[in-house]
Parts: sequence; structure tokens; C-alpha cells
Amino acid sequence: MKQVHLLASIVITSLLIYSCGSGSDSGSQSSSGNAAGDSSMVAPKDKTADQALTDAKGKGKFTEVKLTHPLDKAMLAKGKAVYDVKCSACHKVTGEKLVGPGWKGVTDRRKPEWIMNFVTNTDEMIDKDPAAQAMLEQCMVRMPNQHLSDEEARDVLEFMRDNDGKN
Amino acid sequence: MKRIFLPLCLVASVAFVQSCKMKNTTSAVKGDADSKVYVAPGKYDEYYNFVSGGFNGQVSVYGLPSGRLLKLIPVFAVFPENGYGYSEETKAMLNTTNGQIPWDDQHHLDLSQTNGEQDGRWLFANANNTPRIARIDLKTFKTVEILQIPNSAGNHSSPFITENTEYVVAGTRFSVPLGAEDVPISSFKQNFHSTASFISVDKNSGNMSIAFQIVLPGMNLDLSHGGKGPSHDWFFFSSYNTEQAYTLLEVNASQKDKDYIVAVNWKKAEEYAKAGKGKKVPADYAHNTYDEGKQTATSVIEHDVLLLDPKDCPDMIYMIPCPKSPHGCDIDPSGEYIVGSGKLAALIPVFSFSKIIKAIGSKQFEGDFQGIPIIKYEAALYGEVQKPGLGPLHTEFDDKGNAYTSMFLSSEVVKWSLKDLKVLDRAPTYYSVGHLMIPGGDTRKPSGKYLVAYNKITKDRFLPTGPELAQSAQLYDISGDKMQLLLDYPTIGEPHYAQACLASLIQDKQVKYYDINKNGNEFVTMGEKKANVVRKGNRVDVYMTAIRSHLVPDNIEGVFVGDDIYFHVTNLEQDWDIPHGFAIKNNPNAELLIMPGETVTLKFTPQKQGIYPFYCTDFCSALHQEMSGYLRVSPKGSNTPLKFGTGETADTSAQK
Repeated sequence: MKQVHLLASIVITSLLIYSCGSGSDSGSQSSSGNAAGDSSMVAPKDKTADQALTDAKGKGKFTEVKLTHPLDKAMLAKGKAVYDVKCSACHKVTGEKLVGPGWKGVTDRRKPEWIMNFVTNTDEMIDKDPAAQAMLEQCMVRMPNQHLSDEEARDVLEFMRDNDGKN
Repeated sequence: MKRIFLPLCLVASVAFVQSCKMKNTTSAVKGDADSKVYVAPGKYDEYYNFVSGGFNGQVSVYGLPSGRLLKLIPVFAVFPENGYGYSEETKAMLNTTNGQIPWDDQHHLDLSQTNGEQDGRWLFANANNTPRIARIDLKTFKTVEILQIPNSAGNHSSPFITENTEYVVAGTRFSVPLGAEDVPISSFKQNFHSTASFISVDKNSGNMSIAFQIVLPGMNLDLSHGGKGPSHDWFFFSSYNTEQAYTLLEVNASQKDKDYIVAVNWKKAEEYAKAGKGKKVPADYAHNTYDEGKQTATSVIEHDVLLLDPKDCPDMIYMIPCPKSPHGCDIDPSGEYIVGSGKLAALIPVFSFSKIIKAIGSKQFEGDFQGIPIIKYEAALYGEVQKPGLGPLHTEFDDKGNAYTSMFLSSEVVKWSLKDLKVLDRAPTYYSVGHLMIPGGDTRKPSGKYLVAYNKITKDRFLPTGPELAQSAQLYDISGDKMQLLLDYPTIGEPHYAQACLASLIQDKQVKYYDINKNGNEFVTMGEKKANVVRKGNRVDVYMTAIRSHLVPDNIEGVFVGDDIYFHVTNLEQDWDIPHGFAIKNNPNAELLIMPGETVTLKFTPQKQGIYPFYCTDFCSALHQEMSGYLRVSPKGSNTPLKFGTGETADTSAQK
């Protein structure tokens, strides 16, 4: 009886230890006493890290997007039409977050290549790109892959640039 | 320790003794069966297997060799889980001249062919009860066409096709008077007829149209198959009840020693139809088509049909005597051998097409059946498979010159050689096998790898589930000399005939989502900005969008008890496998599944005032539980203004 009791305690204890330890992969080496104060869900504020996200071009086929000055009116109009059907359900053109983040300022926060890669290579970006993953943690909804063609993606980018007052 | 060990020994020995005594598949399964059916996680099956649903009116799709159920395709039965037969877009699919008939008895399937080989375009399905033929598009796995067959009842010997899918056939199992004559049942001989309908299939669109119906004497057409190669121009139907009994068929239709295989020269029939030998008669029947562009089905009632009377069309039809109420009527891959399976016969007759042609040329007839010449049995016969087993039903073929016949009474599959008609092997089935299926086994190019037996009786094969049990299927490896039982698995409904084709034939053609920009539905909402609610009299059209994870509009007010509310829900997603569901509390209609880029309409006519939540029923995202809204239904005659939106909140502290 005693032995059984002991065994049970060991099992329970080890289960407890396991569940504590598995909270975060990188934190498994740190002392358990610290666990409560260390949430891996919140990224440390680090300005160089933020800048790195802003400079990233993302994963996908777009490595160099040539921007036009002034804005291409035809692309802009087409981009608006794509936005209305495929994007507006989740993104406002203001800075306000709906399902996804508002688009105001997006062309300052992200490189054109990143935007086009994200829009055309959505699933790989969400799975691998640090900036996309950070957004997923905030929005908690995977951005739907709306299967924009390359051309549509470029049109939308023009619409975003216009929305940000670029010329 | 000792004490524990002793009972263990007892259990083990009892189990051992019992397993030796019991005759179950544990003893029948040998060797590496498990590795032959194991499809590792993430890997695909080698074959798509389409299985008729019998009394469930649907078609199920399995993977082979794993036996995993992949999909249920609603065909002749309503399907509340996705709204088939309930949505405004699909209601018309089940329309008939007797109104919507939301169920049927689905028996046989045939995959479209080109040059006698499967081409992976369409799957045809018959409805036995209310004679209908359906066409399923294998790019979307959706039922896209249903054609009703007039002048028929019990559409059993259907939907078999000719080698290039020129025609799909229908045949009458229950002879009836043509038209709607009111006649005594006892006038069967004079007034009742069976018909063989030839339905042309458009080469490009697949659209079906009844080309002609051949009027035959009152009898029961049972099964059929088209000729191949040399017999390409012919179609063969088995028949029973040539006694022309109309009561206690069990006894009265089993009197004669032989019934007939009805051989139809459809090329000749086609010529006669073109030459104006037929008679156009009034006959109403529904023709329902689903327009994939408009995403909507329409039902048109056709008003006439062309009848061909064998009396006016010489050399078009011959009867071949076949022992004892034949059931299966199967043609070997070469097109030379026609296998009739007499349900009550102790042998399997195999007819030779070249001998039949010779017999017709030299007029080796033994009288006629109501005017149709009967070819002498011996003149048509290639040979008989002696003592094959009891109750032969159906035959399929492999790629090595062998035939496999299901034996209902003796519960076995019997393999025999077409060359010398010798029995080569027997494999027990569990229990009472009906149809069997070899991938491509009714085409010119069968695969010689697997055979599936579809059993009628299940009994103790699976964990018991009360009085009603799932039907059992069994997969055999037929690549060697001996058949090897590999797998036992439960199925949906009651499988009759089935088809299977290599997965590579269709897997890459699958539609993954509908391009929203090509959505031609009359009620599409192109983006949330277009979401709207429009009232016209007591009809209210809600133009609604769905995307992870909200509906627009999700607050609707100003509709009243008795209004006909049409929810046209457009799924704005453009990604594979992201359907949204749509359901309203207390809606007696159904729910919807809307595929990405698709618009589907659900009608709701509220009978009581109240607040009706609606929501997405297909778990779509982490915020799926939030994907919901409210419909306010006010009393009739009240003046609640029409109001709708999403995301607008008001300061309603003053509001009642």
C-alpha cells in the first residue's frame, strides 16, 4: 500500500514537472521558479528586432518589386476592386484592426516585397516568416489565402501605397 | 505471482481453444495482408472506389486498398448537412413529374469511358424507384444532372454505358402500361411493357437526352452491359419473369427453365430512329441540370419521347435463352463473351458474340417471344461453367483472361478461366456476397490487382450495433493464382454495384475553390460592401458574406412572422478546404455548407416572433465560435424598421 502510494506520488510529480517544463521550448532549461514571470507569448521589446521585421522581404518569389512614381492609376483602380471583394472583409483602410490589422501605414511597416510575398504565398509565410507569425499571435486568425494572382497582388500594393499617401 | 500466472494461463488457453474452433476470418487472413492495405498517414490510396448507396440514395467514395471512407455524394437523397435538395440552388435537382422526390434506391454506377477505357470525367448513377439517371462531375464530386425516365418503373438495368459513353441506358424492371392508362393488373400480357431507353450523352458537356425508347414485351429487365470491341454496337440486358407473372413472382416467375438475354443492336436502333421509324409520343419527365457557372439547378419538364417498336425495326433485337432467372449480364474485356448468371442455376452460361452473329445470319431461331426472334441456346452458347457454386449473381474480369463470379447462396467468389471455363479458385465471403468489383472490371482494360466483394449479410463481422448493422465489404488481392482476403470494412447504405479507377485519373483535376470573380450566381455578394437586405412584399433577400470569422450582415431587424427570407450566403474565401456553414435556429429547412467562392441560398419562413441566432456550422478558425449573428423577427403588422449591419453598436440604454 505504502509502495503504491509512493509510486503514484512520483508519477503525479513527474507529470507536474513535465507540464511545467513543456510550457516553452527555449525556457525548459531555466529554473521553474521563474516560469510564472516568463511568458514566451510576449516578445521582448527590442527595437533592432522590430527594424529587422520591417526590413524583411519575406519568403516567396518576389525579391525586387519596382515601384512606380507617380502611382499607376490603372493599377490603383484594379487594386481597389480586389480589395473590395477579397480583402475588405478583414482589413480596414484606417489603422483600426478588424480581423486583421488596418492598412494605414502598412507600406511603412513592411517592404513591398514582403507584402506581395505575404499575399501570394500566404501559408508558407504564416508558417515561417517571423513578422507574419507575430501578426498571427496578435490576430489569432490565419490570414486566408485569397489566391491573388501576381498581378492582383501588385495592384493591391498600389492601392495600399495610395492609401498611405505615397506618390 | 503464482496466483496471477495461473488465471492468465487459463485465459490464454481458453482463447486459443476458442480461436481454433471458430471459423472466422482470423483463420482466413494470411501472411502480409496488413501491409498490403496499410496506407501510411499522409499517403494516398491507389484507387478511388465509388460505391452505390442502395436505400440511402447516395454514392459513397472510398480509397482502396485502405477501405477508408473519403466522401458521401448526395445524389437522389436530400442531404441536410450541406443543404443538397434544400437550398434554393439545388432543390430543382430532385424535381420529378410527381414533385420533389427526396429519396431513392441507388443501385448501380458506371464511370464514363472513351474507347472502352475509363476517362475519369463523369460517374453515372441510377435511381431504381422513381426511374432516374444522375451524372456526377468528377472535378467537383457534385451531382450535376438528373434525368427522369418515363414509361418505366424499377430502373434497375441502368446506368450502364456504351464504350465511348455515346449512350447510357435505362431498363424497366417492373413492366407497366405506357403512359398512364387505367387497366386491370390482370391484363399484364396485353397492356404491360418493359422499355429499354437509350440516353445520349453529349461528348463535351455530358448533358443527357433520351434518344429513343425500345418497347419490349412485359417482363423484368434486370441488368445490362454494353458490348466492347467487336460487339461495340450491341447492348445486352438480362431478363426474368418472361412468364409474365404479376402476382407471387417468387413462384410464378420461376416456372420456365430459361429466360432471356435481350441483345439490342443499338447502332441499328439509332439508324431506325434517324430514318423516322419511331413514333413520338407524349410523355412528361423532368430534366434537371446544375449550371456550374450560375451555381444553380433548373428543372425542365420534357413532353415527348421517341418510341421504337421492334415490329417496325427488323434485325434490331434478339432473345438469347438463358437458364433460370438470369441476374448479372457481363461482357468480358475482349467483347466476345457474354456471361449470364442464372440466380437459380447450377451453372454459368457463357455466350459467344461471334456465334450469336453467325446464328442470326443463318437464322438459327427457335420461335419468337411476342414477335422477337429467339436464337437457339446452343447456337449462341460458347460453353457452361459447371458446378461453379450456388446462386451466381455477377461477374467481373481481370487482365489475365479470368472471370470472377459472386455466389450469393454459397457465400463465395469463384474465379474461373474464360479460355476453358474451368474453376480455378474459390474464396469465402462474409456473408452472402451480392455485387463484386474489380477496378475497370467491366471495361476493356481491367486491373488485375484487387477485387471487392459487397456482402448483403454482416452478422458477426463487426462490433454489434443493435439489430441494424452496416453492410460489410471485403477486399481481396487477386494478383496471384489464389485470391487472398486482405480487409474487411463496413460501408454506408447498401452497396450494390461499384466502380473504381486509378486515383491518378482524377485526383489532379479536383476543383479546390471557386473563383469568386467568376461566381455567376444571381444572388452573389461581391465583397462585404455589397452586403444588403432587400424587401419586396413579404419576400426578403439577404445578401450575406462569410469569411473567417464573421458574417455580414450579422444583425438583421425589420423582418416579420410569415416573411419568406432568402439568405444568399457568399463565401468570400479563396482557399481550399475552407467552407463555411450557415444555420438558423428553429429553421425547419436545413443548414448549408458553402464552398469557398460559392453562393448558396437558404430559405427561412419564421412562424413565430423572436430573436433567431444564426451561425457558421463548419469549424473554420480559432474564432469560429464567434462567427454568428442575430435575426430579429417581429410580429406581423408591426413597424420595426428594416435595419442590418455588422460591427455597429449603439448606445441602447434608453431603448426597450
